[in-house]
Amino acid sequence: MSFFKEYEVIVVGAGHAGCEAAHAAAKLGSKVLLVTLNMNNIAQMSCNPAVGGIAKGQIVREIDALGGMMGIVTDETAIQTKMLNRSKGPAMWSPRAQSDRMMFAESWRMKLEQNLNVDFWQDMVTDVLVKNDKIIGIKTQLGIEFGAKSVILTNGTFLNGKIHIGNKNFGGGRAAERASTGITASLETLGFESGRMKTGTPPRVDARSLDFSKMEEQPGDSNPPRFSYTDTKALTSQRSCWLTYTNQEVHDILKTGFDKSPMFTGRIEGIGPRYCPSIEDKIERFSQRDRHQIFVEPEGWNTVEVYVNGFSTSLPEDVQQKAMQKIIGFENAKMFRPGYAIEYDYFPPTQLKHTLETKQVEGLYFAGQINGTTGYEEASGQGIMAGINAHKRIHNPNNDFILGRDQAYIGVLIDDLITKGTDEPYRMFTSRAEYRILLRQDNADDRLTEIGYNIGLADKSRLDKVKIKQKNVNTIIDKFKETSIEPKFLNPILQEKTSSEIKQKMKAYNLVLRPQLSIYDLKADPNVEILLTNKTQEEIEQAEILMKYEGYIFKEQEMANKLKKIDTIKIDPNFNYNSIKTLSAESIQKLTKIRPLNLGQASRVSGVSPSDISNLLIYLEKN
Amino acid sequence: MDLKNLSKNDTIIAPATSPGMGAIAVIRISGPKAISYTKKFFTPYKSGKDLAEVKTHTAHFGEILDQPVNLEIAEDQPKQQPIDEVLINVFHDGKSFTGEETVEISCHGSTYIIQTILQLFVDAGVRAADAGEFTMRAYRNGKFDLSQAEAVADLIHSTSKASSQLALSQLKGGVSSEISKLREQLLNFASLIELELDFSEEDVEFADRSEFIILVGSIQKLVGKLMTSFSLGNAIKNGLPVAIVGEPNVGKSTLLNALLEEDRAIVSSIAGTTRDVIEDELNIEGVKFRFIDTAGIRETNDEIETKGIEKTFQKMDMARVVMQVFDVTKTAQSEIEKVAQALVDKYPEKEILIVLNKVDLFNPARNSEGGATEGNLSQSTEECVGEISAEDEYAAAKRAELNEMLGTQETKLQFNWEFQNQETITYIPISAKSEQGIQKIKNKLSSLVDVGQLNTGDIIISNARHYNSLKDANLSLDSVLHAMESGIPGDLLAIDIRGALHSLGEITGEITTDDLLGNIFGKFCIGK
Repeated sequence: MSFFKEYEVIVVGAGHAGCEAAHAAAKLGSKVLLVTLNMNNIAQMSCNPAVGGIAKGQIVREIDALGGMMGIVTDETAIQTKMLNRSKGPAMWSPRAQSDRMMFAESWRMKLEQNLNVDFWQDMVTDVLVKNDKIIGIKTQLGIEFGAKSVILTNGTFLNGKIHIGNKNFGGGRAAERASTGITASLETLGFESGRMKTGTPPRVDARSLDFSKMEEQPGDSNPPRFSYTDTKALTSQRSCWLTYTNQEVHDILKTGFDKSPMFTGRIEGIGPRYCPSIEDKIERFSQRDRHQIFVEPEGWNTVEVYVNGFSTSLPEDVQQKAMQKIIGFENAKMFRPGYAIEYDYFPPTQLKHTLETKQVEGLYFAGQINGTTGYEEASGQGIMAGINAHKRIHNPNNDFILGRDQAYIGVLIDDLITKGTDEPYRMFTSRAEYRILLRQDNADDRLTEIGYNIGLADKSRLDKVKIKQKNVNTIIDKFKETSIEPKFLNPILQEKTSSEIKQKMKAYNLVLRPQLSIYDLKADPNVEILLTNKTQEEIEQAEILMKYEGYIFKEQEMANKLKKIDTIKIDPNFNYNSIKTLSAESIQKLTKIRPLNLGQASRVSGVSPSDISNLLIYLEKN
Repeated sequence: MDLKNLSKNDTIIAPATSPGMGAIAVIRISGPKAISYTKKFFTPYKSGKDLAEVKTHTAHFGEILDQPVNLEIAEDQPKQQPIDEVLINVFHDGKSFTGEETVEISCHGSTYIIQTILQLFVDAGVRAADAGEFTMRAYRNGKFDLSQAEAVADLIHSTSKASSQLALSQLKGGVSSEISKLREQLLNFASLIELELDFSEEDVEFADRSEFIILVGSIQKLVGKLMTSFSLGNAIKNGLPVAIVGEPNVGKSTLLNALLEEDRAIVSSIAGTTRDVIEDELNIEGVKFRFIDTAGIRETNDEIETKGIEKTFQKMDMARVVMQVFDVTKTAQSEIEKVAQALVDKYPEKEILIVLNKVDLFNPARNSEGGATEGNLSQSTEECVGEISAEDEYAAAKRAELNEMLGTQETKLQFNWEFQNQETITYIPISAKSEQGIQKIKNKLSSLVDVGQLNTGDIIISNARHYNSLKDANLSLDSVLHAMESGIPGDLLAIDIRGALHSLGEITGEITTDDLLGNIFGKFCIGK
């Protein structure tokens, strides 16, 4: 009956994962339909108005390096940016932005609207249509059936979403938005296993009612960083955030609401993230602390609404209001929207392949919170991968796009999800990566842009830019090995930095190795000054990293190569683990479920003991 | 072990006791059909007993027959005959050494009986086990971790009391649990560093760097202690190498024979690492010593001899004890002292024994008792003198010469050689021929290995793989300390901490990043 055409790729959900997936597939040439419950809410920041941070900032740069959009959208809509951890080593440098929530969403929508391969449809998807274990399309609440060769589900917190505030609870995918029903049941009928997770968000308040003079100002960097490797503009003006603290009085008032807390009374069954606890959780678990940090974050350039970071709560709204007014600077605070907790369905990601395609239904992909992750960046990272693979499946089959754990945080993310699964919302940390020093924010373009270009997602101009950067970085390093620095230029600086003075000329390369010295210090010598002219900040900093930390980078590369060997021992995905009589029952069950593709992945499956891995190795070596 | 048997799950058989005559021998059968095979040939004295029905860890007395118990035998054919009276121990699946159904047959220790029983079962379809296959199965079935599996191998190959004690303590998991403790400490340290990294934006208090340095220091001390124990452990496990150095006619082989005499029965001669070296082993007080005979050293211009000397040095390098033998009738005290000092200088780590041979030749006073005592080495025997044969003509002449010179300062001094036990150097006057002073050498050697440490409960590392892992861990910790002192940031520190964790993990099991995060979440208030 349908007057709608068939699509190649349908993306269900227009959040961070969905937008990135739709953009990637469309850019690669697929005909894409993006279905959303509400066209006005594309690319919403459901929680804090910020992008990046430790490990997450690296993911955004990886998405950008591959040719994704999140970095560009963030750069265009930031109100403040910082490079976190500059005092730490290069693996920890992480860009973070405060965003204008409304502009962010608008900018994303414009980007998608500019792509002629993307169609939009506002409706609720209720069914996925499957024939012979292959996806054939979707069905909506209006009864419309859309055909598709690939379908990507990016439903976020909307699947059977349930919002809790104190004793009250109601269906919803986000405050003031309805939940999505039908898909979970449809997938369960197909044999998918689902679970329940929980997350929460703090109240939003009126900046006009706050006394910022009592808080500490948190400005952006004087040299604000960007996320994109393209020529996006750096901010010329920024808005500050503000820091204040809770106190015992705040805690005492919050405690009066504990008997109505959906968390403590057990009304919420879903598991929440340990690293992003609600304020009531923090008070309960860490009762010895008499205060907790509160960051007040503006929601945009032109709005008075602010986000109360650190005060995530699902206590009754009157308790929220009363407690908040005891925070210094919040004495007269007026609330716009209360904090709340939300429960939603997710599908344990061990049901997926590395391409994010489900093992059960060919052509069906999951990305984002539906896989049990949390965070805009984690969602976008999965979105771009699902988008690329959903497209490739149609146009370039048997050519999966997978990133390794030593190639990208995105690779670590997906491998962790599909191999270990997760029973709490999964957030990326740098410590999840074995090769942190290789996965830096300064080299995501070195790692991934050529790959993105070969796929067809990153433009030629991006590739050219990386090549120029790499050439200039190498030039700096080569010249530093040749250039000698005169004591008279450098000794005053060495003295100031309490680094031992030099008696004779010394190679710039050897001086960069000193932990106390920065490459910019060496500009005291006119030869270095000349050498660094016409080089970008990115180039100079990367050259410094490669020289200063060469030993560590080498060590980690060695380790990566060593451990990679175990990944080269392949396992047939149809391998019958029961045929190894000596494997423990638990291992047989876990391995049969995950179906790892190599021994390295098998060793990361939780519940599989090292001795079972040796049994497997013995068997595989033999055959 | 044959690779194709690695993952087999059939029933296997092998003697569990060493070959050779003994009062009893144990034959082990392991695998899913161990009981049913045994039942076929075993007839219990207590009638009506069914091996398939008995409880695990029970012993059953009876006979092993040469044909199946239930076989119908024609009148004119020989009936079943007992091979031996045996004790059968039954272990159920999951409850045995291998983790499989197991039967142990204790029979009499005759080679004939053992062979007949083995043959009987092999003919019935049980496979003869490869060397190490029982242990392999135990490891495969998760009965041991890697270090314990290695301990079993060590236990089987232990040739001395001390080495079997050591393997036994490792089998009980001693090494694993010590390493696990170390890893736990390191893991806590790593968590603190990771906390600083991933949660630097959170409101968490970070530990003081100086506390870290103390923590790493104390972990390193433990690693160091385990590493040091390797020299003892290795000595106990593989024997203590003793290089016997001396010129060809100073009496080295006589000395070796004298040393080995009473232990002849347990001495074995095995080919050494180089073709021309024969190592002799001697067990003293439960500790094995390996004697390496060498060519001796002296200054020479001869090319061939120079090569020989190089070889001697190589062998001395490998030894823990250098036993330099002198013929005191031919070497002046000053010369001996010079050589002794040179050895101490060259090998400050090694034990230096200066053996002064042929002290008996100085004062051929009649003493039928023989046996030198400390400080009174002039006692010798008539027989001793009389034994000087034609080959020893030179020595006899020398003795005559010495006797003539008796009373001169040089020879008087020679009589002053006494048993001297110094810090790194020990002088032991002996007569290899008359076996004087041999016990002193043995006492000295056995005092070098403090077997007593085995009983203190301290963990001793005896496995080279463990030692190497500890060494790697120690190197990583060195880098950590160095990095902390020079203010290297945490993400780089973490590389070496993870390196150390990885090295220790190689001994027992693997580490995952999940361990780190789990540790962090359990202890700190994270989250804005």
